[in-house]
Amino acid sequence: MSDHDYRPKSKVGQWFNDRLPLLTLANHLTDYPTPKNLNYWWTFGGILTFCLITQIVTGLTLAMHYIAHADMAFESVEHIMRDVNYGWLIRYIHANGASMFFLAVYIHIFRSLFYGSYKSPREIIWILGIIIYLLMMAAAFMGYVLPWGQMSFWGATVITNLFSAIPLVGEGIVTWLWGGYSVDNPTLTRFFTLHYLIPFLILGLVVLHIWALHVPGNNNPVGIDIKKPSKDTVPFHPYIVIKDGFALLMFMIVFAFFVFYAPNILGHADNYIEANPMVTPAHIVPEWYLLPFYAILRSVPDKLLGVVAMLSAILILAVLPWLDTSKIRSAVFRPLYKQFYWILVADVLILGYVGAMPAEGLYLLIARVATAYYFLHFLVILPVLGFKEKTLPVPLSITEPVLGGSPNLAAARNKESKIE
Amino acid sequence: MSEKKTKRRDFLFTATTAVGAVGAAAVVWPMIDQMNPDASVKALASTEVDVSSLTPGNTLTVLWRGKPVFIRRRTQEEIDEARSVKMEDLIHPEKDEDRAKNPEWLVMLGVCTHLGCVPLNDKGDYNGWFCPCHGSHYDTSGRIRKGPAPWNMEVPKYEFVNANTIKIG
Repeated sequence: MSDHDYRPKSKVGQWFNDRLPLLTLANHLTDYPTPKNLNYWWTFGGILTFCLITQIVTGLTLAMHYIAHADMAFESVEHIMRDVNYGWLIRYIHANGASMFFLAVYIHIFRSLFYGSYKSPREIIWILGIIIYLLMMAAAFMGYVLPWGQMSFWGATVITNLFSAIPLVGEGIVTWLWGGYSVDNPTLTRFFTLHYLIPFLILGLVVLHIWALHVPGNNNPVGIDIKKPSKDTVPFHPYIVIKDGFALLMFMIVFAFFVFYAPNILGHADNYIEANPMVTPAHIVPEWYLLPFYAILRSVPDKLLGVVAMLSAILILAVLPWLDTSKIRSAVFRPLYKQFYWILVADVLILGYVGAMPAEGLYLLIARVATAYYFLHFLVILPVLGFKEKTLPVPLSITEPVLGGSPNLAAARNKESKIE
Repeated sequence: MSEKKTKRRDFLFTATTAVGAVGAAAVVWPMIDQMNPDASVKALASTEVDVSSLTPGNTLTVLWRGKPVFIRRRTQEEIDEARSVKMEDLIHPEKDEDRAKNPEWLVMLGVCTHLGCVPLNDKGDYNGWFCPCHGSHYDTSGRIRKGPAPWNMEVPKYEFVNANTIKIG
């Protein structure tokens, strides 16, 4: 941890810092010792912070023009698109920003899975991350309802009806969520309120997430504990700031491509039809980032069990630190886990694909196999692997394999080159 | 002496906590209950529908409490089909006689009991309704026969006010 006996140079700075130690915090953040071998997969934390701020700023400006009323919401969105100065730009950034946010968060999560960043002593960081992810899904879902198009309306109907699967109290809960006997104006206004609130909850959790990160410090591609500060670390500023900044620029190129060249490609055409409670669209599909879970929901033929399976698929991640019994963090030194990791990645991508397809025939069969494998990975493969797997020798420090002295110099070098 | 004092403290702590908890609950409940259907929503609880123009084999869809209600004037074949089904073949066993008191008229919520989509008319494997969202098949009595939906489509409270008018709710 960085030194807490920091004293600002100027008299004014000292006077201020004695009363509110903000400058000590700033000093901690700039000097924060970071492993020197962090690769570009570690830049997504910064990218995600950017995404959150982008969503909050564009969301605030959209809220100045949007009208949360069942009779006016759809038109007010068109008003934003056509009449409001740069309204089209702000709305396209906000809508595609949600997708970019999820793209980044999935890379961030799978990076943790590969390098074992969820393991002791970083369990709380991981669990906070899962709560943030759940809140992101809630915010994205409610945000998608606000334009009050056909997908908004029927997506809201289907998702809120998930609660009706709860025995006895389910129907009452759904009526309570709706504020009526169907999705209608009371539902829209409360979704708008919550959609406005959740990003600030996420912001608070992000502060805790980073705070919890700064206690043990970053994990790293080798996955070993390192002394901080030491030869193995570099200060956050300027090294990581520059690296994060460069990665953010690359990310913004992708972001801008969607905003300017394909702003509707990730959306659904049916959402440009105003909500109609009398007609359900032929295919109800959630946004792409929720498709794997949607596939799990549909793969179970029983209503309650389908909902249970879908929720478990998310919540199982929260107990991952205790399901993975291996003491070695990084997949670099876990030859078997590395293979299962890539199978899991493929499995989730397949679930996403079949989630977008009609739930019948071969698609349904694939969805069922992929769902079963998803749970198998977390509940059987990971716990067993920790005991059965023969892991590769781990270097004692990040510097060691480079400077020599490791008993497994060649092996470690080989691994290091793979990490780059 | 000191023991007596501790007991007094204990009482104060318990009493304060209890009163505080009741007070908090009293404040929280209105916050929760405000989300339930309000008086204006409840006031729209019934609607009257003129069904004089409906010919056998056709369905009228009306909106009641924000949900579609199917009013189907069934043909004789549909009635026979619905009444000949064995109870053990049903996922949610209900007699057609109980669902349609007047066999010609089937009145039910046009809401799939799976996740609330509106099923399509004259579709599916049982000549009744088919939900396009997750593939539930309903028969000519609106009973679930195949797919993920757990129950038959719900029959709301309704009555014939006169020969041509149905009051739902």
